[in-house]
Amino acid sequence: MSGLNAVLIEPFAAYGFMRTALVGLAALALANGPIGTLLLMRRMSLVGDVLSHAVMPGAAFGFALAGYSLLALSAGGVVTGLAVAALSSLVTRDAAQRQDVHLAVFYLLSLAAGVLLVTARGSNIDLMHVLFGTILAVGMPTLVLMALLTSISVLILAAVYRPIVVEAFDPGFLQAMSGGSGTYRLVFLALVVLDLVAGFQAFGTLLAVGPLLLPAAAARCWTRRVFPAMALSAGLGLAAGYVGLLLSYFLNLPSGPAIVLVAGALYLVSLLAARYQPELARPPGVPA
Amino acid sequence: MASPENRAAASGGYAEAAWALTLRRLGAAARQGASAFLRRFDGGYAPATSASVVAPAVAIADLTVAYQRAAALDGVSADFPPGSMTAIVGPNGAGKSTLLKAIAGILRPRAGSILLEGGGPGDIAYLPQSDEVDRGFPVSVGDFVALGCWRQYGAFRAAPAAVAGKVRQALDAVGLGAADDTAIAALSVGQFRRALFARLMLQQGGVLLLDEPFAAIDASTTQALLQLVKGWHDEGRTIVAVLHDLDQVARDFPRTLLLSRRVIADGPTLDVLRVENLARAGFDTAAVAAT
Repeated sequence: MSGLNAVLIEPFAAYGFMRTALVGLAALALANGPIGTLLLMRRMSLVGDVLSHAVMPGAAFGFALAGYSLLALSAGGVVTGLAVAALSSLVTRDAAQRQDVHLAVFYLLSLAAGVLLVTARGSNIDLMHVLFGTILAVGMPTLVLMALLTSISVLILAAVYRPIVVEAFDPGFLQAMSGGSGTYRLVFLALVVLDLVAGFQAFGTLLAVGPLLLPAAAARCWTRRVFPAMALSAGLGLAAGYVGLLLSYFLNLPSGPAIVLVAGALYLVSLLAARYQPELARPPGVPA
Repeated sequence: MASPENRAAASGGYAEAAWALTLRRLGAAARQGASAFLRRFDGGYAPATSASVVAPAVAIADLTVAYQRAAALDGVSADFPPGSMTAIVGPNGAGKSTLLKAIAGILRPRAGSILLEGGGPGDIAYLPQSDEVDRGFPVSVGDFVALGCWRQYGAFRAAPAAVAGKVRQALDAVGLGAADDTAIAALSVGQFRRALFARLMLQQGGVLLLDEPFAAIDASTTQALLQLVKGWHDEGRTIVAVLHDLDQVARDFPRTLLLSRRVIADGPTLDVLRVENLARAGFDTAAVAAT
């Protein structure tokens, strides 16, 4: 019993940085659950990936200007993330058939510009920090910022939940009803950006989209209903964060990749479960 | 005469009044801000307009709609009188769906005007083609049909209790009575069209825009849905439907608009569906003559 205690609780009781990391991951998981689920159900996982890279040049610019200033990194990330979100929705409106090409271009340009900006001022270690994050180095100000950003995005999502969900499967209907379907698409992308900026403190721009999409993808294997999928996705995200932190503590692994790998393992297990229990994955009411 | 207590009470009262005034101003500003926000983000909330059924006329003048550079409609003018029942006919790519979407407010015209005489935007109800809805999204038939009452609750308010009963009635009317909890992904093509009709019915529109309402469904479903449309026509609603089956148009639709990016012919169906008109619209007239 005390052995189990030593494995599961001791690391968090003994070290403040483990506790801070766990609280930060919990805040992220609560926002990632609903937002990641909607992102998947809208078939926009590629857009999520692109937006997470779009955070990088802004964060890098903030770094080049002000060094490791929390505010500069985050504000820069929000600005370029929102800019690319706006550009990408302009592009989808203009030429739907070329959408994936445009997204790939945004992705590559963001990554290249970000790497150039970071290395112009900092070292390779700084670059690794921006790309992969440092969840164990998260301090109290960063934790507060993560909690603030995730809370804001969850509250906004709750307020505009109905139009965002309707826009996901019947944009024409929303447009005919209230004329705001483009607006709501942008609002949703802005929520994704806020969430990614919160996650980038912990996971870096390369991995921030992992905790957003992987738990949501795993949850979708177990249920097709929107709200249960969101709740389950938040739970799985939290579980992945907890187990990943413990793995990185005992095996001395980098924490971000460890958490993303655990989330990936959860997805694989869920996928197999859905394959061998096909009624799990079927929408309610679909005949076999 | 004022004692110190009196003066204190008076000034306290004054201070309270100032506070109350400030609070009231703040409250008014907040209410103004909230209603501006609702106008911007919830233009669909209009509970009053949906109560009465009026049949507005739709007057289209010189309408041009373009996707990027290619014009889908070029200088189209047409009138749909109140209570009329019009079929829109034309070859593929003639801009039939584009015309309906422009009237429904989904596409913005590049030029020209669409006037709704005797009604507001809330009077328009639009039945999309089935593939405009992502049916992989996990939403139940009941929730989907309840969207027809959108104008009564809009983007942010809770749905009124009466909505559940209305949804049940509409589902019964289209023959989907037992499908309330089924996912829309589980419906057949015909059943999903019935669900779209149920949602349309709840919108209580004076102008009904139907985009290929009978495409890819079997004869009995077509008959059932056609009876609904005729019933709406008898109630005096204005009906505009994009159709492909020219026999059905000749049989059931008094007016026809023949479209091929421009208006080829417009008027009573038998005058419009002449072979020379169809040929000018770009139909293969040999095939048409054979049917």
